[in-house]
Formats: sequence, C-alpha cells, structure tokens
Amino acid sequence: MANQTAARPQGWLAERRRRRRDNRAGWLFISPWLIGFVALMLGPMAFSLIVSFTEWNMIGKAKFIGSGNYVRMFTSDPFYFKSLWITIKYVFLVVPLQVVLAILIALLLNRATFGIKLFRAVFYMPSLIQGVTLALIWSWLYNEDFGPINYALQLVGLPRVHWLTDPHIALFSLVIIALWGVGSPMVLYLSALKGVSSEYYEAASIDGAGPLRKFFNVTLPLITPTILFNVITSLISAFQTVVVAYVLTGGGPANETYFYSFHVYRSAFTHFEMGYSSAMAWVMFVLIILLTGAIMFSSRYWVHYEADGSGKR
Amino acid sequence: MTPAFKNLSRQILVYALLALGTIAFLYPIAWMLSTALKAPDAIFTPEPNLIPAHFQWNNFKDAWTAQPFTRFFLNTLLVVLVSTPFAVFSSTLTAFGFARIRFAGRGAMFLLVIGTMVIPWDVTAIPLYIEYNALGLINTLWPMMLPGMFGSAFFIFLARQYIMGIPFDLDEAAGIDGCNRWQVYWRIILPLCMPIVVVICMFHFVWVWNEFLTPLIFINDQSKYTLSLGINLFKNAYNIEYEKLMAVSSVSVALPLVLFYFAQDAVLGGISMSGVKK
Repeated sequence: MANQTAARPQGWLAERRRRRRDNRAGWLFISPWLIGFVALMLGPMAFSLIVSFTEWNMIGKAKFIGSGNYVRMFTSDPFYFKSLWITIKYVFLVVPLQVVLAILIALLLNRATFGIKLFRAVFYMPSLIQGVTLALIWSWLYNEDFGPINYALQLVGLPRVHWLTDPHIALFSLVIIALWGVGSPMVLYLSALKGVSSEYYEAASIDGAGPLRKFFNVTLPLITPTILFNVITSLISAFQTVVVAYVLTGGGPANETYFYSFHVYRSAFTHFEMGYSSAMAWVMFVLIILLTGAIMFSSRYWVHYEADGSGKR
Repeated sequence: MTPAFKNLSRQILVYALLALGTIAFLYPIAWMLSTALKAPDAIFTPEPNLIPAHFQWNNFKDAWTAQPFTRFFLNTLLVVLVSTPFAVFSSTLTAFGFARIRFAGRGAMFLLVIGTMVIPWDVTAIPLYIEYNALGLINTLWPMMLPGMFGSAFFIFLARQYIMGIPFDLDEAAGIDGCNRWQVYWRIILPLCMPIVVVICMFHFVWVWNEFLTPLIFINDQSKYTLSLGINLFKNAYNIEYEKLMAVSSVSVALPLVLFYFAQDAVLGGISMSGVKK
C-alpha cells in the first residue's frame, strides 16, 4: 500500500504528511502506558539512583557521599555477600526446577480428558495462596514435632528433619514452597501446548516417532518461546523473594535464608538507610539486567520460532 | 498389544500420576481448610489429622468479625473494580498503537515496555513512597490501584501479539467506511480482543487480590487494609491465631479460584491465540 503511494510523482509530500500523522497517532495511543512509565518507574528509578550516592534517613537532609554506599557493600558489610550468595543459590535452584515441573504437569494435564477443568484448578490453586497464609501452612508441614512430613518420615523409620532450623536444609525447604506455586507458569505452558498443531504429531507418527522422540523433536522446540518467557519472569521474581522467608524463617537459621531483597527491605524500612538500600537495589537491578541479557542472547541458539513472521520482534 | 489397549493403559498412567500430584498439591490446602474448622487446642497434635473431631463452623464468623474484614473485603473489591477497567483499556490501547501504527521510535519503545518487567520493586519502593507521600496517597488505596492502571508489560505484550493476528483488512474496510483510528480501536479491534480482555481481567484480579508487599509498605491505617494485609493481623509477635487466620484465608482464596474455574478455557484460549512469543 505504502509503495503505491510513493510511486506516484506527487506522492512524496502526501507520504511525509501521512508519516507525521502516524507518528503523532502512535505516540498518542501508547501515551497511557508512557505516562505510567514516567511517573511510576522512570522518575522513581532516577530518584533512587541519585539517592544511592547519598546518606539519607528519609527525614533529615541527604548527604552526598559519592560511591560510599557501593564501597561499603563490597568491603565492609558482612551480610551483603552472604545474602547475594543465598539469593543466587535460590534462583539457580528454583528457576530450572520450576520450568521442568510446570512443563511436566502441563504435559500430563494436556493428556487428560475426563475432569480436566477440575485437575487444572487443583494444580493452579496453590499459586493463589500467598504471603502469610502460605508461610504458615508450610510452617505446619515443616513443623519438627507436629508436622505431617516428619510424622510420615518417622512412620517409615527415618529420622526427623529440621526443615527450617537446619542451616543446610532451610533454603531447600523454601525452594519446595516456591515449586508448590507452579500454577501460573503451568497455565502458560498449557496454552502453548494447545497451540501446537496436531499436524506435527501426525507427521511425526508417520515417520515412526515414539512418544519421547515426539516430545523432544516436536513439542519441546515449539514451546521454547514460552520457556524463554518463563525463565526470565521466574528469574526476576525469584530474585525479589522476600515475603515467605520474612514470615517463616525471619532470615534464619544462621542467616541461611537471608535473601538479598530482605537485606534491601530491612536497610530501608527498619534501619532507614535509604541511600545504602537504594545502592544495593541498583546492584541487583544491574545483575538482573545482565542475566536477562545473557539469556536473551543465548535464546537465538535454543528458542525456535514458527516461520509466520509475527514471532520475530 | 492392540492400539485400544495401549491407549487405555496410557490413560490409566496419566490419571495415576495426576492423582499422586493432586494429593501432593492439595494436602497443604486441605490442612488450611481443616484448621479453619478446628478448635485452637486441636490444631497441633502429635498425630496429624485432617478431619476435625468437632467442626467449629463458628470459626468463620468469629474470624470475620474479630477484625473489620467486611471493610477489608470491600477495600480489596474497590481496588479491583476501579483498576481492572483501566488495566484493560490502557493495555489494549497501547498494544493497538504498537501493533497497528508505524511511528518513529516504535521498536525502541516496545523494547522499553518489555524491559520494565525487569525492574525490581526494591529499586522503586523508596521513591514511590516519597512520591505517594508528597501526593498525599499514603494510607489510601491508590498505591494499590495505580501501578496496573497504566497498562503492564505482560498484558501489552499479549494484546499486541493478539492484535497482530487480526487481519489488517478489517482496519482498512473500516477506514473506507470513514472510521478514524480511535473508532477502529474502539469499534472493531477491542470487541475482537475479548479473549485477551478475559486474560487481563483474570491475572490482574489475582495480582491485586494477593498483593502483600504494596499494602504493607504504603498502608498503615487499618481502615484502608486489604484482605491480604488484614489476614496478617492474626499473627503478631506473641501469638498466631491459626484457626481464624486459615478461616479468612480460605474465604479469600475462594473468589479467585471460582473465577479461574469458570474462566480457564477462555484464559487458555486467549493466551494460546496470541502465543507467548518474544
């Protein structure tokens, strides 16, 4: 359409006018998002960056201290690297396990026919339970004396496990809680599986492919865009984990569940060290950007797009 | 083995695994419900039991009236009812701009939209507190409503993909009939976007309903509490009232669960048609 107009001799002017109109319309249409972005994200981010170079308790005057906060976290804060290391461990456990579990459940549900709506609701339901309730339910399950998990272990002659008080185990206990809430990525995989055309499977059957080969050669490549999306969103939310640990372990035992975001939250809202808290938040932000960038970069080697043109950005 | 037999045995395996998974996923929830119905001294017992010896149905009533939960419920409902239409409108309108209009900076702006998913709350929490404070919005419901009302990355992304799948001929035909762009969006595209609208409503509802950190930071005044924050009141430094906490939690989970149950086909279809592609 655009080519036709351009081909006409006097079309050049009309084309320019049309383009100007398009520009105006485009920015007008995205303006709702743009306003929110500037007011609730860009502005606050700029402010937070500036605060990160100051010492400020929110009430008094901010004092500019240059890179002081950044130097402090890397040299004289014993909790800093500990919380960073714990968070990285947690992220690298939760993300892959969650992806695998979500795909497995989605595959199973995709196979079922009878009672499918009920089963979907069952596996989705835990993701609706959040915060304090989530923490307290698991505080019972993990309870050393009255909890059903230890009770069951004892029944089969195994020793009791200190799920939340053993420094070597507490982090894994929190990983399990995160896996229980696998419902929302599962919904995304279910939709992706729904979108896989049955022609592919028929073709694979004709080629004599068994169920395993069908999964690895047909299903898995076709849901890689969803996996990419899931890996990135789950990475981001795992990095920001705070609520469940806050209620359940309070960062203990021996600070083994003292997450990075916990440190950021506490510095700001318990110790009122706004500058230091902002500086730590920014280091985390940069870390997330680097990791996401690396994943996006790697995606060209493992994410498969159907050749319909719309998938490519 | 005949194909029919193979099929049947495969179905049996699928359902056996599903049953196992169901037990693992539902057991904690069963405890939540059973605790909601127990007397306080029957909750922690050496032998865990899920069926209460005496059903304490009045736990629900006691819990609901122990704190002004009707107030908290109405607050939460108000947040949902006000913010959801805006979330739908802003997300689809922005998505329409990205999908249908060629404008300078479109690619960069869309990257920016996707990029916002990476921003952790840690970075924006303090400045937002100061901003809301300056605007007099601390201890109001606005900090709960505002973030979603301007459209969020995930929804814009889904809606854009979806709109890109709608034939452009429709826009052109409407243009010939004299529709301007706003009318094309409002009369043609938005009505066709209903599956995505359902997805936005569902996920936005669940997000607002469960949000804990936002009200925790921005709301101190109890009369402005949301359900998720109100539930927290049963737990203080000295005491946790398990049965009451679980009773209100059960009620609180019920609404989004029912919503999911009835909207699930539409939600799955909506996401599937737009495809999570990047």
